[in-house]
Amino acid sequence: MQVDIAKGILEKNDALAEENRERFARSGVFVVDLMASPGAGKTSTILATIAALRDRYRIAVIEGDIASRVDAEKIAAHGIPAVQINTGGACHLESDMIKRAVDTLDLDEIDLLIIENVGNLVCPTDFDLGEHAKVMILSVPEGHDKPYKYPGIFQVSEAVILNKHDTVGVFDFDEAEFRSVVHDLNPNAPVFALSATKGEGVEAWTEWLAARVEAAKAVQP
Amino acid sequence: MHEMGICDGILTASLEAAARENASRINSINVTIGVLTEVQEDALQFAFSVLTKDSIAEGSTLNVTMVPARSVCGECSAEFVHGRFDAKCAECGSYVCTLVAGRELQIDSIDID
Repeated sequence: MQVDIAKGILEKNDALAEENRERFARSGVFVVDLMASPGAGKTSTILATIAALRDRYRIAVIEGDIASRVDAEKIAAHGIPAVQINTGGACHLESDMIKRAVDTLDLDEIDLLIIENVGNLVCPTDFDLGEHAKVMILSVPEGHDKPYKYPGIFQVSEAVILNKHDTVGVFDFDEAEFRSVVHDLNPNAPVFALSATKGEGVEAWTEWLAARVEAAKAVQP
Repeated sequence: MHEMGICDGILTASLEAAARENASRINSINVTIGVLTEVQEDALQFAFSVLTKDSIAEGSTLNVTMVPARSVCGECSAEFVHGRFDAKCAECGSYVCTLVAGRELQIDSIDID
């Protein structure tokens, strides 16, 4: 007997993501999901963001990695609450993993929750975690052609960070072409060029983020 | 290996639907998947064979219909099929295109006893 289902495969993930989002809204927490390749500088960007915003907002971090606690330990060393999720091989985070991680945090004591997704330009794209914004980081050494190769992640991101910007000359990175293709793929996404480990150019990004945090607090019921 | 997570979604929804119908067995599951989801059918079939073990779907067939990517050009309005990495208008070369197909992740139906 044939039974029609006609429903989204990720419906369960999406429903749980929506529960996460409602929970964040109740506590007035803004949640950003940072996605990038391995080595693009996700953790460095988070540390630079913490340095810029920690006096204004209470920040917590959820670290997603296949294995190890290396990243969470780096964040915790700065006195910021950090939860490590080990996906045990899975190439992206899913909403139930975020739910379990969030259970260990006191959301009422947090203004900004940063999720560092597993290093990957493909798989995190389709999985809603309940975040308010997905933001991707591309680092200069990866090359300016990446938007052609991985259009999906550029399209779902509300902002694009171009990290390791101080190395543009060394890697023959065509920034004008990069910006033009990103704009074509996603006309509304700002591109923030910065060098996270040097703290250069971080302010435009953190001010964009701060405006979003303020907006989330303003609508808290 | 996001196929494992996607397969888990397929199986959960199928088992729920089968339980609602008081089915004793799932014979086949039909899904539609867009190529831009980067799902590899081989990996999906492998995940399916692992995840269905010891369930009423063990030994069932997963029929996958892959949907090519299709976009409409924002400049010349041409509709065109493209590969996974080149969403560029086939007529005028513009990148200002709106995707209309290729990201599907849907369970269409199941066949049960």
